[in-house]
Amino acid sequence: MINRNRLFSGGLIDRNILIKFKFNGKPLQGYQGDTLASALLANDIHLVGRSFKYHRPRGILTSGSEEPNALVQLGKGAETEPNARATEIELYDGLEASSQNCWPSVNHDIGALNNLFSRILPAGFYYKTFMWPPSMWMFYEYFIRRAAGLGEAPKEKNPSRYEQKFFYCDVTVVGAGVNGLTAALTAARAGASVLLVDEKPELGGYLLNAKSRINNLDTKKWIKDTVKELMALENVTVLNRTAATGYYDYNYVTALQKITNHLPNSLSKQPRERFWRIRSKEVILAQGAFERPLVFSGNDRPGIMMASSAQTYVNQYGVLPGNAVTLFTNNDHAYSVAVDLISKGAKVIIVDIRSNISEKIRKLCEQNKIETYISHAVIKTDGSKKISSITVQELSEDKQSFVGEAVTIGTDLLLMSGGWNPAVQLFSQSRGKLKYDDQISSFIPDVLVDNQAVIGSNNGDFNLKQSLMSSYEAGLGAAHRTGNKQEVENFINDANEPIEFITAEVVPYVLGSKPVTHGSKHFIDFQNDVTAADIFLAQREGYVSVEHTKRYTTTGMATDQGKTSNVNALALMSHIQQKPVGDVGHTTFRPPYVPQTFGAIAGRNVDQYFDPQRLTAIHEWHIDNGAVFEDVGQWKRPYFYPKKVETMTEAVNRECIAARASVGILDASTLGKIDIQGPDAAKFLNLIYTNAWSKLEIGACRYGLMCNEHGMVFDDGVTTRLGENHYHMTTTTGGAARVMSWLEEFLQTEWLDMKVYCTSVTEQWTVLSICGPNSRKLLASLTEDDISNEELPYMRMKEAKVCGVDARIFRISFTGELSFEINVSARYGRYVWDKVIEAGKKFNITPYGTETMHVLRAEKGFIIVGQDTDGSATPSDLNMDWIVSKKKEDFLGKRSFLRPDTAKNGRKQLVGLLINDKKTVVPEGSHIVEEVSKQPPMKMEGHITSSYFSPTLGHPIAMAMLKNGKARNGDLVKIPLMNGKVVEATVTENVFYDKAGARQND
Amino acid sequence: MKYSLLNLVRNAFSYHENWQEAWTNPGLKKEYDIIIVGGGGHGLGTAYYLAKQFGLKNIAVLEKGWIGGGNTGRNTTIIRSNYLWDESAALYNHAVNLWEGLSSELNYNVMFSQRGLFHLAHTVHDMQEITRRGYSNHLNGIDAEILNKEDVLKKIPFINGDGRYPIMGALLQRRGGTARHDAVAWGYARAAENLGVDIIQNCEVTGINITKGIVTGLETTRGSVKAKKVGLVPAGHSSVLANMAGFQLPINSVPLQALVSEPIKPVLDCVIMSNAVHVYVSQSDKGELVVGAGSDAYNSYSQRGSFDMIEHIMGPLVELFPIFSRLKMLRQWGGIVDVTPDRSPIIGKTPIENLFINCGWGTGGFKATPGSAHVFAETVATGEPSKIAAPFSIDRHYSGALVDEAAAAAVAH
Amino acid sequence: MFVIKCPYCGERDQTEFSCHGESHIARPENPNEVGDVEWGKYLFFRSNPKGMHYERWTHDHGCRRWFNVQRHTVTDKIMQTYKMGQPKPKGIND
Repeated sequence: MINRNRLFSGGLIDRNILIKFKFNGKPLQGYQGDTLASALLANDIHLVGRSFKYHRPRGILTSGSEEPNALVQLGKGAETEPNARATEIELYDGLEASSQNCWPSVNHDIGALNNLFSRILPAGFYYKTFMWPPSMWMFYEYFIRRAAGLGEAPKEKNPSRYEQKFFYCDVTVVGAGVNGLTAALTAARAGASVLLVDEKPELGGYLLNAKSRINNLDTKKWIKDTVKELMALENVTVLNRTAATGYYDYNYVTALQKITNHLPNSLSKQPRERFWRIRSKEVILAQGAFERPLVFSGNDRPGIMMASSAQTYVNQYGVLPGNAVTLFTNNDHAYSVAVDLISKGAKVIIVDIRSNISEKIRKLCEQNKIETYISHAVIKTDGSKKISSITVQELSEDKQSFVGEAVTIGTDLLLMSGGWNPAVQLFSQSRGKLKYDDQISSFIPDVLVDNQAVIGSNNGDFNLKQSLMSSYEAGLGAAHRTGNKQEVENFINDANEPIEFITAEVVPYVLGSKPVTHGSKHFIDFQNDVTAADIFLAQREGYVSVEHTKRYTTTGMATDQGKTSNVNALALMSHIQQKPVGDVGHTTFRPPYVPQTFGAIAGRNVDQYFDPQRLTAIHEWHIDNGAVFEDVGQWKRPYFYPKKVETMTEAVNRECIAARASVGILDASTLGKIDIQGPDAAKFLNLIYTNAWSKLEIGACRYGLMCNEHGMVFDDGVTTRLGENHYHMTTTTGGAARVMSWLEEFLQTEWLDMKVYCTSVTEQWTVLSICGPNSRKLLASLTEDDISNEELPYMRMKEAKVCGVDARIFRISFTGELSFEINVSARYGRYVWDKVIEAGKKFNITPYGTETMHVLRAEKGFIIVGQDTDGSATPSDLNMDWIVSKKKEDFLGKRSFLRPDTAKNGRKQLVGLLINDKKTVVPEGSHIVEEVSKQPPMKMEGHITSSYFSPTLGHPIAMAMLKNGKARNGDLVKIPLMNGKVVEATVTENVFYDKAGARQND
Repeated sequence: MKYSLLNLVRNAFSYHENWQEAWTNPGLKKEYDIIIVGGGGHGLGTAYYLAKQFGLKNIAVLEKGWIGGGNTGRNTTIIRSNYLWDESAALYNHAVNLWEGLSSELNYNVMFSQRGLFHLAHTVHDMQEITRRGYSNHLNGIDAEILNKEDVLKKIPFINGDGRYPIMGALLQRRGGTARHDAVAWGYARAAENLGVDIIQNCEVTGINITKGIVTGLETTRGSVKAKKVGLVPAGHSSVLANMAGFQLPINSVPLQALVSEPIKPVLDCVIMSNAVHVYVSQSDKGELVVGAGSDAYNSYSQRGSFDMIEHIMGPLVELFPIFSRLKMLRQWGGIVDVTPDRSPIIGKTPIENLFINCGWGTGGFKATPGSAHVFAETVATGEPSKIAAPFSIDRHYSGALVDEAAAAAVAH
Repeated sequence: MFVIKCPYCGERDQTEFSCHGESHIARPENPNEVGDVEWGKYLFFRSNPKGMHYERWTHDHGCRRWFNVQRHTVTDKIMQTYKMGQPKPKGIND
């Protein structure tokens, strides 16, 4: 045998396949089918990690996902994973793992000094100290932070891929133990579509390890047959290595499937994990139960393990973790573990805290030559990095004192069994209500939610035959309720277990050689180092609510989320507070059931798929012509087009001048566009916009402002009447979806009788905006239609053919230049663009981006909603009273203008600013102050919303929202900058260029 | 007994068996001068300042469950004061000033850690927004630094500056950070009880007694109680209590969720907020990454939200910090937040005389705790809103004088 | 994560929908005749009950129609959905 603790036969491992791995750098060997934990135990390695607070040596406590101690740093580099549970890591060739939270090594850990000072580090010690001097907290905290934490995050980007899957079915069964298998098979036979998930690689659950029988078959055989049948059924999906992690409303279950985690990473091209989102008509929970630790002095050393886990290591992995075994129990069931270990050659002593044991158990002990210490307790353990001996002593009748002498017994494996806690976490997440069951001394499901069942030990039902019957019924019921009515004969005839778990006494804590609060370490939460003394302290200090105790001591907040600690903590609280456990209550169980990889929840929504990119039909051209892009909502828009050595300022200046001197072209396709039709369209627009729309002629365009009902501007744009009952609305790029919803909201919820139909057509049109004195000449060369000022004046639209393509030409201008917005079907967009560019060469056509557009419009004093407005400006605040109809009875936002604060004088109002030094471009967002002082605070009276150097005018211009701005024309204002400089500016009107509008109107 | 290292060592010799209760559980008296409804940080703090600052006696705090069990114990513990509007800046900065001395004041370590808070900017519009806010903060005397991309990448290791929405810069408030949320409730409770305040847990208010428009007392699950003044600080249940008193509030109560990762060694030394990418993350002293998710748009009192809010936060988190991808979510939870139209709180009088309210903190109440408690105490004690609280009256919803942090920043965390 | 029955499309996952707050709040017929307080109430004040709630949802990733949902805000159970314009159902659960 290559492994010291490996048995020659038995178990589900494959002794023909040897696997090499490293732990803490040491080369080791295991077999196919091992977990890291079983392989370490096979190699007689018990010391695996260090605890969170006291850095105490810790070993392997369990064999499953509830493991609080044996957490390791798995893998290296970009693929390293912190806090991986050794009990769940399937061994693969080349696996490397190391201990966490220790330095320099798990054997010699400096942090263990904490253990020496543990007397002054009780629960909540940090609330009582580190307060002097007050300025020093962050100094202390630096060290606290470095001492805390467990494993280490990778330092590189995760190379793994994660998939997601939506799944819908009739019945989901969580847990493929014998009960889950029974329910799943029954439902499947009845015709239901069934999903069966289990977190382990091997289906079958705990009874894979036990000597029980079902239908007169060895359980292992029965499991094998049942799984085989399930696998063959077309209406059944079976997922192993899949933990159901969350159970939300309306039977929405999330599950995390490990796909390549158990394989050498280099082999895998598949995703690492798949995240399942399951909507199931019925859910059956069959997750089983967790064995409960006993709370005694020194119960945390390596070599102390749950009894059932030892049984698993022996029977499933062929590993006998110790030879001189002591089993400390409060229930009958643990005796079956003893029998299994003895059959593999171990020597077993049983310490039973109960005063009496049954005749049946006594006989069993006789038959198997088990030495028993009845009414005894383990009062002390020894062994620094692994258990070496225990001390036992007889308890008095009331268990409050000792009788007789303490006896020390050499032991290399101490098993504990404090009874079983049903795994009610998912049930509780689903809003199911729990109750405390005195017989098993734990919480069990009480009030179920709709379309749900809980079966087997998950339901507190530990009688094998009875629970299998219930499982059959649960499966049948679920199938029937989902309309699958095929008859299914009950296929469970008989079942039995050698020793069943029937009852467990509450043992709040076991008397130790020292009083429980006097520095004796009775651990309750192993990972977080919460002791019974800490629970006592919390009660003494008034943290008596179960949530207070949890938060003050951190019990139940470790990575096992209280699976091993919660019930023991509650039992102790109940003991101290002298009230029933049920009255102490329990904390809320929160998802996930087991920790769940961030990357798997994110799925493919990262990198290039993080958020869709919206691209116009011209996008490739922009790239080819060196555009720098800006993100506007999801759109990628050209920001500016730098020539080789140009800075942004140089490029923008060049683009501005070209547009004013000859022709500029802008891809304006991202503007929101909504097609509005219906006999009430004009009436509708009258209510939506602040200005009047009734008299707009067909073919005419009009600018409009939209306010929300608070009277604040929230979008603007030009709307054109295309026909009698047909309008084309444009919106801001970022506001398109919001406007569409706004229109629909009023049409669908408020004005139900209006006949108006809105359709978003943003992506249907490519919009080429050409502007500049030569723009008409350019366009004329591309169309045979008449586009003269008489035929197509300012603020008119004409349908025409441009480059042979049907187009709508809008004579509108956001730059103040003669301007045409050519709308063509997006599929011809690039074609027309190329033709325009080609024809424009003789006019030195210059593509410009959003920054130039912003400069040009600012020169004309046009606002940008979202930049010059912030949701708190009315049209009047924007100096746009001209666009607010005085005649209209009603429009959205109108009433709010009358409110006292909205109507008051002296609100912040839009003004233009000329910078006095003629050269400083003040930052957008800087503020105007009433008076400059050396140090803040300074009273503010306005802020800069837009600020540019105007190449046309040769000096900076700015717009600002200034208190009482409308009445401040000519005032000198001061803008202190962060660097201490104060910029002076003069208030002016906000149109800086071509005030008469001759250029655009011509 | 004073909390100190010395006393901790001294008590170690007696096995910590001599520590007194941090607060007791007294019975409900028949009558109080002032009753504060709601035993979260804001409510307990109010009682503390009423006793400490205004020397008032005969005060009770009624809590329907366990103190600190509402949003005080459910938030992501972020503290900052870099709000846009003068009114908000004054309120939140008052809070930060108090936070800085709070551990000493209460003799309870609330672990206020000024590790710095970054608002990331990813677009030109974001840059305009943080610049405006940065300037406004600066001129209001609130520390603010406007950083460019290089500064951000230098200061925050492992952050991805070149994702779908590249980082363009950030607004840094160095005085911002985090605190230990539970400790705030416990610290105030202990200090308040030392000044004679009765803290009554498991006492749910079931009715508000009003005579001729004046509040006279309360009905509770532990019996009737008279009161000369009542202050409601019931985050998550503000409308429920207002409805008992016969008036409505401009509030919707919606679920807000958060989550933590498993504890890991330090990787993130500051608080990160990104409105554009939707990330709110810091690392606790225990080593857990604390991540704020969004709030659902539907009203709910169930303290749980929909799972897609958790999913929506994960893409952004991994996008911004690709090294977090292999870490694991340990626990997710929800709280009920009372959201006002302008994302600013309501502090002040109600239509009922001697009945005051402090509510509507939405997703961001924790950071304001000491400031909120302090100005509300003044409001209750004097009967008139304090200067800082005055702009946050209910009446602003009629006059239009909103303090619109929502419109300005899209999200007001 | 609710399952919502769109009155037009049938049962769908919540992720296809969005919620828009309390329903049955009619915009005043003549806003100009309404006082500041009443107008403020229309704009901002909501019943926000701990119990039965009537609210507006849209089927965004579906038919894009608005409709009403009657839902309990503690259990989150949806009692019924109904089209816009239909009167608020009178239920014993109110």
